[in-house]
Amino acid sequence: MAKKKSNRLNYYIFAIFVAFIAGSYFWNFNLGEKIGSNFMIFARDMVSILPPAFVLIGLFDVWVSRESIENNFGHTSGFKKYIYAILLAATTVGGTFVAFPVANTLYHKGANYSSIFTYVTAASLVMIPMSIMEASILGIKFTAIRIGVSLPLVIISSILLGNFFSKIDYKIPEAE
Amino acid sequence: MYTLYYIAGIAVLISFLSDRQKTFKALKVGWKKFSKILGTYLKLLIILSFILLISDQFIINYLGGQAPFIGLIMGLIIGSITMMPGFIAYPLAGILVSKGVNYMVVAAFITTLMLVGVATYPVEKEYFGIKATIWRNIAGFIISAIIAVSTGILYGEVLI
Repeated sequence: MAKKKSNRLNYYIFAIFVAFIAGSYFWNFNLGEKIGSNFMIFARDMVSILPPAFVLIGLFDVWVSRESIENNFGHTSGFKKYIYAILLAATTVGGTFVAFPVANTLYHKGANYSSIFTYVTAASLVMIPMSIMEASILGIKFTAIRIGVSLPLVIISSILLGNFFSKIDYKIPEAE
Repeated sequence: MYTLYYIAGIAVLISFLSDRQKTFKALKVGWKKFSKILGTYLKLLIILSFILLISDQFIINYLGGQAPFIGLIMGLIIGSITMMPGFIAYPLAGILVSKGVNYMVVAAFITTLMLVGVATYPVEKEYFGIKATIWRNIAGFIISAIIAVSTGILYGEVLI
């Protein structure tokens, strides 16, 4: 119930925000116009990514069986779950906005903490399209160092966090 | 830009041809998850619109011309609190490098920008819970710091 209410509050806040932006353009309020153009940058990003991403998450939820996730990303899977998590992360389109709901779905299908932490962290570090862009601007050496140094750290920290959260019996909320 | 729409479209088509019932169920699941989180994403959009007011000039001023260690700390902090899409962040990083800012500082800024999301907290909290979100971001901050220092060492900017 509380959830529904806060969602509605967000819609109201958003409506006020949109009115503010529209008003800023109407009365040539500079700061408001600037916020408006910033808003467009992110809004375009989200419109091009979120709806199809959630369609894919839905398909994933229905078609991929619990066993296959448990076998590949769960406790029974050994070290290879980190490899899979990193490969999945590298090919995830849309960055963390998409990685968060995907990680949540994986978790509720039987993936364990360390694999979803690896997935989310790696998703913001090794996404292929972003890394290519980075290498072309800052040089391959820069990107190679960043990825080479980060992957072992990502796995180590995920194992530590995973152990910590299983020890305190932490439950990740279900986002239906 | 709309690549993901094509991918999703093809996936739905294949799914529909194999099992109509399951496809409807999948779309319903997707819609339910989407509508539940939409409000939080809208809130995030508002937060990000304000955060992007921190201008390029501000970042260039603060990261340029600092002592390496101070620059490193500044890079880590500014990267953590701001959030910007790659097509703005990387050209900005390119400008920083061309102005003579250390690669270590640029690495600190770019890595925390991606890995630590103070601004994305409202969304992450919904999917991971408060505790996991906080711990994951702390871990991200430490990883970023290690990456930045390693970059500094490998570029010969920091001597050990």
